[in-house]
Amino acid sequence: MSSSTATTAAARAHARAQEGATAASRPFVPPGTWPHPRTGSAADVPPDRLVWAEALGAGAATSAVLARGTRVQLTDVDGGACAHVVLLRADAPWERLNVADTVKVLWQAYLGAGHVLLSDQGRALATVVEDTSGHHDVLCGASAGRLFTTAAAKHGLGERDVPPSATFFQGVRVADDGSLSAPVNAGPGRSVALRLELPAIVLLANSPHPLADPATATTGTLHVLAWPGGATRPGDPQWTSSPEARRAYENTRTDCLARGTA
Amino acid sequence: MSTTSPATTAPTRRPAEVALVAGEVVLDEVVPARAGWSAVVAAGDVLTIVDTEGNQAVDCLLYAASDTAERYSAPDTIAAQRNVFLTTGSVLRSNRGRALMTVVADEVGRHDTLGGACSRESNSLRYGFHTQHQHACVENFLAEGARWGLGKRDLVSNVNWYMNVPVDPDGSLGIVDGISAPGLRLALRAEVDTLVLVSNCPQVNNPCNGFDPTPVRMVVTRP
Repeated sequence: MSSSTATTAAARAHARAQEGATAASRPFVPPGTWPHPRTGSAADVPPDRLVWAEALGAGAATSAVLARGTRVQLTDVDGGACAHVVLLRADAPWERLNVADTVKVLWQAYLGAGHVLLSDQGRALATVVEDTSGHHDVLCGASAGRLFTTAAAKHGLGERDVPPSATFFQGVRVADDGSLSAPVNAGPGRSVALRLELPAIVLLANSPHPLADPATATTGTLHVLAWPGGATRPGDPQWTSSPEARRAYENTRTDCLARGTA
Repeated sequence: MSTTSPATTAPTRRPAEVALVAGEVVLDEVVPARAGWSAVVAAGDVLTIVDTEGNQAVDCLLYAASDTAERYSAPDTIAAQRNVFLTTGSVLRSNRGRALMTVVADEVGRHDTLGGACSRESNSLRYGFHTQHQHACVENFLAEGARWGLGKRDLVSNVNWYMNVPVDPDGSLGIVDGISAPGLRLALRAEVDTLVLVSNCPQVNNPCNGFDPTPVRMVVTRP
């Protein structure tokens, strides 16, 4: 019996007929075709300004290379997303997110608006510029090691290049005895926006928090939108939010000026 | 702050007396103040670390000796034990979730997993640009790691033995005065052949070394 893909012409027609379908995890290309509602700072961005628009269902991972100044907004659509993020400097990927410096230098274990994500070279990689969740984690990492390894491989990077990650929308808290709470989610529709202070390879995975109860936890949909903007500059209150942040921004700006990429 | 103290303090106790787990002594070395150190600890052997003079942070990374792409993972370790402090019973896990070493004895009570290593670069953020040329743990890790073919991308969040980093209810976190004391020890049993990479922390801008870096002693026994 002949199938609808028995000949090259039929196989081609069969393949081309698939474009109208959709999926829980998919990019929208061009990004201006994004069909879903936009909230927060993304609401006012003209569609043709978007540079990245992607929906990630449970277990999905993706990556992008983005310019200095880009805003990256993550939205926890149903109140169950768990966004694991690794940032590597795009023009020198041996410089990358350092979660230990991010909590130690800023004297704060919990991420929130105004927190600077630091590289291992004493520079600001990104700033959290919006946060309607308040529940994030940089202590427990990702149960997504394999997802990150394959995402990194697409940028010529290996397992050794993947550092401990930051996690958005599932927050844990530390008790006096060092023990950790179960992860807490703030509910549906919450979003976080990062401002990239350096050009970055963004690795992103939407998979369960390591402390989530596997018997009850389900991972909800994550929306990703990005658009161009400026990096943090002198005069922005964020620049002087702390002496440590100010020096990180100074280091970043000085390095970009020296490289001719400011 | 003395930076010219003698490179080593001659141990006054025999290694077999110092070891927290009895056995044939296969290694007994003093790590001078501010120096790097490394050794492969064979599966089943036990490394006893001695805080000789007290409150000396010992920054520590672990690698599977058979494949150094498998390495100590702070998040895997923290998530598996649901606690940020290390003490007796803590299993130091790899980025593949496997046990590399187990804390089998601890005379201090808790050790840090959050603060990472000091670096020249992070010192510039924490204390000012005048500290950029001070010696730092990352310099030790890079120099010592190079002896084993390890480079910058092999450095990740490390253990800080003897370092005290509480987390306040509002998330405030910082390196505060230590809770160790002269002679206090801990012991690590290797679960697989493990490359142990150490920086005897040279930091002089915070209390992690009591503002005075001092030697530590490493004894490996084979039970």
